[in-house]
Amino acid sequence: MSVSHDVSPLIRPRSKILTHFGRELNWGDFVFRRTTALLAGLLVAALAAMAAAMLHGSAESLSKFGLGFVTSQVWDPVRDVYGALPFIYGTIASSLLALCFAVPISLGVAIFLSELAPAWLRGPVGFLVELLAAVPSVVYGLWGIFALAPWLRTTVEPFLGRTLGFLPLFQGQQRGFGMLAGGIILAIMITPTISSVSREVLRAVPSALREGALGLGATPWEAVRVAVLPYARSGLVGATILGLGRALGETMAITMVIGNRSEISASLFAPSYTMASVIANEFSEATGSLYLSALAEVGLLLFVVTVLLNIVARLLVWRVSSLPGGGSL
Amino acid sequence: MPKSYARRKVTDIVVRSACVSAALIALVPLVSVLYYVTSRGIGGINLEFFSELPKPVGESGGGMANALVGTLKLVFLACVFGIPPGVLAGVYLAEFGQSRFGKWVRFSADVMSGVPSITVGIFVYSLVVLQTKHFSAFAGGVALGVLMLPTVTRTTEELLKLVPESLREAALGLGLPKWRTTLRVMLRTAAPGIATGVMLAVARVAGETAPLLFTAFSNPFWSSGLNEPTASLPVNIYNYAVSPYEEWHRQAWAAALVLLLLVLLLNVCARLLVQSRAGAR
Amino acid sequence: MFARRSLLVGLLLTVVACKGNQPAPAPAASDATSIVKKDEAVSLTGAGATFPYPLYSKWISEYNKLNPDVKINYQSIGSGGGIRQITASTVDFGATDAPMKEDEAKQAPGKLLHIPATIGAVVVAYNLPEVSGTLKLTPEVLVDIYAGKIRKWNDPKLKADNADAKLPAKDISVVYRTDGSGTTAVFTDYLAKVSPEWKEKVGVGKVVNWPTGLGAKGNEGVTGQLKTTPYTIGYIERAYASQNKLPMAELKNKSGKFVAPSIEAMSAAADAVEVPDQLFVSLSNADGEAVYPITSYSYLLVYEDAKDAVKGQALAKYVWWGLHDGQKFSKDLDYAPIPAKVLVKVEARLKELRSGDKKLLSGA
Repeated sequence: MSVSHDVSPLIRPRSKILTHFGRELNWGDFVFRRTTALLAGLLVAALAAMAAAMLHGSAESLSKFGLGFVTSQVWDPVRDVYGALPFIYGTIASSLLALCFAVPISLGVAIFLSELAPAWLRGPVGFLVELLAAVPSVVYGLWGIFALAPWLRTTVEPFLGRTLGFLPLFQGQQRGFGMLAGGIILAIMITPTISSVSREVLRAVPSALREGALGLGATPWEAVRVAVLPYARSGLVGATILGLGRALGETMAITMVIGNRSEISASLFAPSYTMASVIANEFSEATGSLYLSALAEVGLLLFVVTVLLNIVARLLVWRVSSLPGGGSL
Repeated sequence: MPKSYARRKVTDIVVRSACVSAALIALVPLVSVLYYVTSRGIGGINLEFFSELPKPVGESGGGMANALVGTLKLVFLACVFGIPPGVLAGVYLAEFGQSRFGKWVRFSADVMSGVPSITVGIFVYSLVVLQTKHFSAFAGGVALGVLMLPTVTRTTEELLKLVPESLREAALGLGLPKWRTTLRVMLRTAAPGIATGVMLAVARVAGETAPLLFTAFSNPFWSSGLNEPTASLPVNIYNYAVSPYEEWHRQAWAAALVLLLLVLLLNVCARLLVQSRAGAR
Repeated sequence: MFARRSLLVGLLLTVVACKGNQPAPAPAASDATSIVKKDEAVSLTGAGATFPYPLYSKWISEYNKLNPDVKINYQSIGSGGGIRQITASTVDFGATDAPMKEDEAKQAPGKLLHIPATIGAVVVAYNLPEVSGTLKLTPEVLVDIYAGKIRKWNDPKLKADNADAKLPAKDISVVYRTDGSGTTAVFTDYLAKVSPEWKEKVGVGKVVNWPTGLGAKGNEGVTGQLKTTPYTIGYIERAYASQNKLPMAELKNKSGKFVAPSIEAMSAAADAVEVPDQLFVSLSNADGEAVYPITSYSYLLVYEDAKDAVKGQALAKYVWWGLHDGQKFSKDLDYAPIPAKVLVKVEARLKELRSGDKKLLSGA
């Protein structure tokens, strides 16, 4: 993408110092690249510092439990025995459930707002969806306790139990609070992130692409599918990853509706417990070095799970959006 | 085998209706939450809310004026710590990010967006509060800024990458150096989209409670400057919402409503700031 | 456009700046040997238990009316948080429901005193639409419900003590606290005292491995579940049950009487137990006919030797006030006042507070 400058008489010759230190043609570019690199490095440094702090904090727990921490299901602060498997399951399951709900809806909203909605509707609806992001976690949690969970308990879960009860997903006691409530609340919380960023990404696609497809006889949806989505693929993946990150790290709202039982169950009606929740719930009151160390290790595991899910999500979305006939410009 | 036109038309209509339904489904919880917050909070919004300090249970007329100012301070600090580094890091990723270092930066941003806010709070606590031996608004701002970084960085990167190359080539062809091209042409074009990303980040941190508990703490009185613990709307909402008292609950809902309106206001300001610079689209 | 931008920025800065013009707090450094005048401006911070937060807010507000220059900032970040902050000296005093353990106390840079400041009760609340009177529970039944052995409301053991209640044939939904909490510590302390099996299998703590039930976050979370879901049972602080009009069960105390969690019953529990020199003790399952069995103290944590004399004296005076004049606010907020004979011991300990060589409370 760089234009060849070597022979143009319009460009000043480079100073000797610049020639030594880099490929830039002037001091402005030199400083620009180094400064932005420094700030980008800040991100890496911050993450490394956090990871190092967690590693240091979890040293005691790592040495005492080793791999058993990841495979054991017993979390007993009274006896100082800790195992994080139910939390790992809870985090992964609730985040994936949230993505299952949120990604189709968010993409639908983004396509609606960028392609289909009349101009007068775009502003207000877009605004309203972003407003979802402004609601504090606590408020979502309280709404979940008083509005969502009772609705699930009286309407949705009995319906699912009756119609799809042969699946282990929909069996068991219906209390409203549980994995399903957790997944739904997370989905609601990450929808504004995914849809807003996706909408901006779709808006940034040059209209020439869209118009070209339409001019060749595509229906509006086909124009989007063939011309716009492949071009926007990277951005859409980025939006989903941001949403996933938010889902993994959410604590307050989800702990108020997910039932907080460290058990692994196949049913969506059963209560569960996430890693972020257990840290938030128990950190303030935890005393005792092994207890605190176990909580730090849970934080470390959350890092690991985030990394793994990131990789998986990226591969999945990349695959799915590699549609036939598509390709970047 | 080419599909018949009728079939393609039907698919088109089906998918378009699905998108409309998606938008409606997304709005249902919003309406429900807004209704919930407004119906419970509107009663608590009065002049005292914006001018009085909190009062203990049993005394009427308390307000959250210090929390409102505190939130503004914290959001301001968060923007100072989060936006410039975030945008510039995003610029780096978009311009020079194909190297191995760039991959590490992108990876860090993605992983950091998944770190729970309480972990960031604890991290900033050991970094700032333990060193200064007291809680402060400054520490709170740092924690919120760190929370904002990944969203701002990645949004900036993705939107910068989408600006057509033709703009860049035109600017370079006119003799602008690379740094000027990026900052004044590409960034300016992508600005409205980046503003959306920034506002998303701001909206999220404006409502965060957990990190503030260990950094900015809270304060029943006014806090002066940036070096003292400060009250904030989300912490007050949390404290009041988990109390047993109905009148504190009312205040919590009122505070939630005010917080929403505040974020809305910030959103509008951001759009106004950015709209005037970028081209129309 | 430039004007618009600068207007917005200017607005923001004005807001920040004008609130920055409050008078600065008291000078931090002061002559360590002199005790300062009464009206010097002081700022104190404290952190700890959530349970006494409403009472301490009232104290702070009332004390500030009497002494406008003393500003106290107490935040409820949890007992564990309070212990950690006071140990790290980022706050001037801590508050905890469960007393500090030996190894925690060793980590503090100085000697920390436990000052019992108020008394609270953990009540067993429930949601039974068909039952109009108060449920009566024996310790054995309570343990069995939480252990998962009694599963239905119309179990014969429940019927035995509640003959005239229309107990339904529904499953009992048990609710516990998922977050670490002094309430859980007090509740499990009681269960362990009345059931050796519970003590062995589950134990006592701020977080335990519950055999059955659903975890809710905070007293508010448990209350929310109790209010919205029928056939649930849970344990919460008294204030939450009374403010939300949830029925509270009467518990059979050690002397065999069914007692409701009234303020008098809480005071009776405090009267019945002798407070040792270390000033902390468990009040659960005390002897006495009028005693409510799940009662506990809540403590303030104060350094015996204050590094900053100005702050140390201000704190000592505040705590003294709280233990005397502050107690009259207890009843309205669902707490019980400290009994007189305990107060005598606490006063003696408070008089030992010092900064260096100087005593902080001379003839207060």
